[in-house]
Amino acid sequence: MSNTSSQLTFDVALARPEFSIDVAHELALDGITALYGQNGSGKSTLLRIIAGLEPTARGHIRFNGEVWQAGDPKTMMPAHKRGIGFVFQNPRLFAHLSVAGNLAFAEKRAAVVAPGMEPPITRDAVIDALDLDGLLERSADALSGGERQRVALGRALLSNPRLMFMDEPLSAIDNRRRHEILNYIARLPALFGIPTVYVTHALDEVVRLADHMLVLSGGKLAASGPVEDILGRLDLGPATGRFEAGVLLRARVKSHDTAYQLTALEHRGDAGVAHTLWVPAVDAAIGTEVRLRIRARDVTLATVEPVGLSTRNVLAGTIVEVNAELDTAYAETLVDIGGAPVRARLTRKAVDELGLAPGKSVFALIKSISLDRIVPLD
Amino acid sequence: MGPITLTLLLAGTTTIALLIVGTPLAWWLAFTKSRAKPVIEAITALPLVLPPTVLGFYLLILMSPTAPLGGFWLNLTGTTLTFSFIGLVVASMLYSLPFMVQPLQAAFEGIGKAPLEAAAMLRASPLDAFITVAIPAAARGYLTAIVLTFAHTIGEFGVVLMVGGNIPGRTKVISIAIYEHVERINYAEAHMLSGGLLAFSFVVLLFVYTVNRRYPVRVG
Repeated sequence: MSNTSSQLTFDVALARPEFSIDVAHELALDGITALYGQNGSGKSTLLRIIAGLEPTARGHIRFNGEVWQAGDPKTMMPAHKRGIGFVFQNPRLFAHLSVAGNLAFAEKRAAVVAPGMEPPITRDAVIDALDLDGLLERSADALSGGERQRVALGRALLSNPRLMFMDEPLSAIDNRRRHEILNYIARLPALFGIPTVYVTHALDEVVRLADHMLVLSGGKLAASGPVEDILGRLDLGPATGRFEAGVLLRARVKSHDTAYQLTALEHRGDAGVAHTLWVPAVDAAIGTEVRLRIRARDVTLATVEPVGLSTRNVLAGTIVEVNAELDTAYAETLVDIGGAPVRARLTRKAVDELGLAPGKSVFALIKSISLDRIVPLD
Repeated sequence: MGPITLTLLLAGTTTIALLIVGTPLAWWLAFTKSRAKPVIEAITALPLVLPPTVLGFYLLILMSPTAPLGGFWLNLTGTTLTFSFIGLVVASMLYSLPFMVQPLQAAFEGIGKAPLEAAAMLRASPLDAFITVAIPAAARGYLTAIVLTFAHTIGEFGVVLMVGGNIPGRTKVISIAIYEHVERINYAEAHMLSGGLLAFSFVVLLFVYTVNRRYPVRVG
């Protein structure tokens, strides 16, 4: 991650007949910050307002002490003077130019900003980082979805932005290519040191890329903070999406079982208690830090230690919180496993029949763990 | 100057002048949210439905030396606007306005705001984005607009007759010359010019429809 932290402050509002947004926040941008929300939560609109692409938005925006807007829409600094690299949902490449022409478009205008100085981000570095070498002579029309988005990323970087905005850049890309592009995006902050705001409605992308996140719901800011903290909060259910809800844990690779193709991961909770979780073999050296996500829907609770069960990951803990969703069949439960939080999504009937309440000792049966990020050893 | 050269000169001048006037108008129509938009669109489309004589009649009144516009021109240049080449250019511009504006407006609407926003995010000013992104993207719209405007100006008759009369070398364009030949029962001459115009118009339209079916001219 880069060491240069940027400050983005905004207090903005936009009212439309069918939709309104009103968000204020002060953001220390470092690496990738996720702007997360369900469809229609206003996350893309917020990004566009900050970029200066919504001419009727009102409010105050400041970036590193520079005023981008001071109330009335008339006070807006024109979008092209803000120095933001914007990667849109649809890549928006210029169809009348080749890939090289698209890159040159950005490069030419970046050079004008600081005449006589070599811009810090060079064409060669970008082509190398995004593997664009083989595409340069192609027409923008003749690329696949993933290739287009890579070119769009490179073009945005070559404008030598002070800030990168990405608005659901993977939503138009098929699942197989998504991972490939995610890998490229994840590397960019370390390579070029440009703080990035990444808009998405997919939690796996948040977990893969971001350390900090904002949650937007109904045009308002529902939460902000470190990704681990936000995902552990039960009260954000509607904003974070019930189906994807879960907790995020950091663990280290402890050992490999080559015979069964399994890897043991060790997680140390706040209380210092170590737990071992078994996952299908991970291609990473022992000691490597990994980030894993346990979805609430993949966790079952038992009041006695289960025997004769195929689930291998069973952890003892204590219930901290039970949050019954009265208009549904479900209750979200937070269990403390020696300082590590685990969420379980149960039916309200099960909660009542087993007498599950805060303070009760339980065993958490974890059916599935997803590994979202492998942090390479330094 | 013979009728053919004069016609080509008139059509060329009109097309260039309309490119300059029509581009900002079409741009405004494509992106404005103003309530005046349908009014301006209707006015722009008027020449498509009005008899050329109606347009010519009002232009004649407007350009006459006693009217404000005509008087102003007379004071400025010492010549009258009616029965002059400049007068013909002004009349032709109004008459051919929809043929320039409508294909351009459709092209700009087809491009939309998205590529311009992308350009702005790459540090391009609005004018820079217009020249380097919007115009190349609207190239086919421009081709249609230019060809149709040029061809339509060549074919006009009523407006020219009303505003310009029939002065050889100044306002006597092909269509007027044909009219004169027919009146004098000079059918051989009339055939040559008419046949030429027919062939030219067909080739132009064939070219437009072959190259580009995307931005047709619509009435209203």
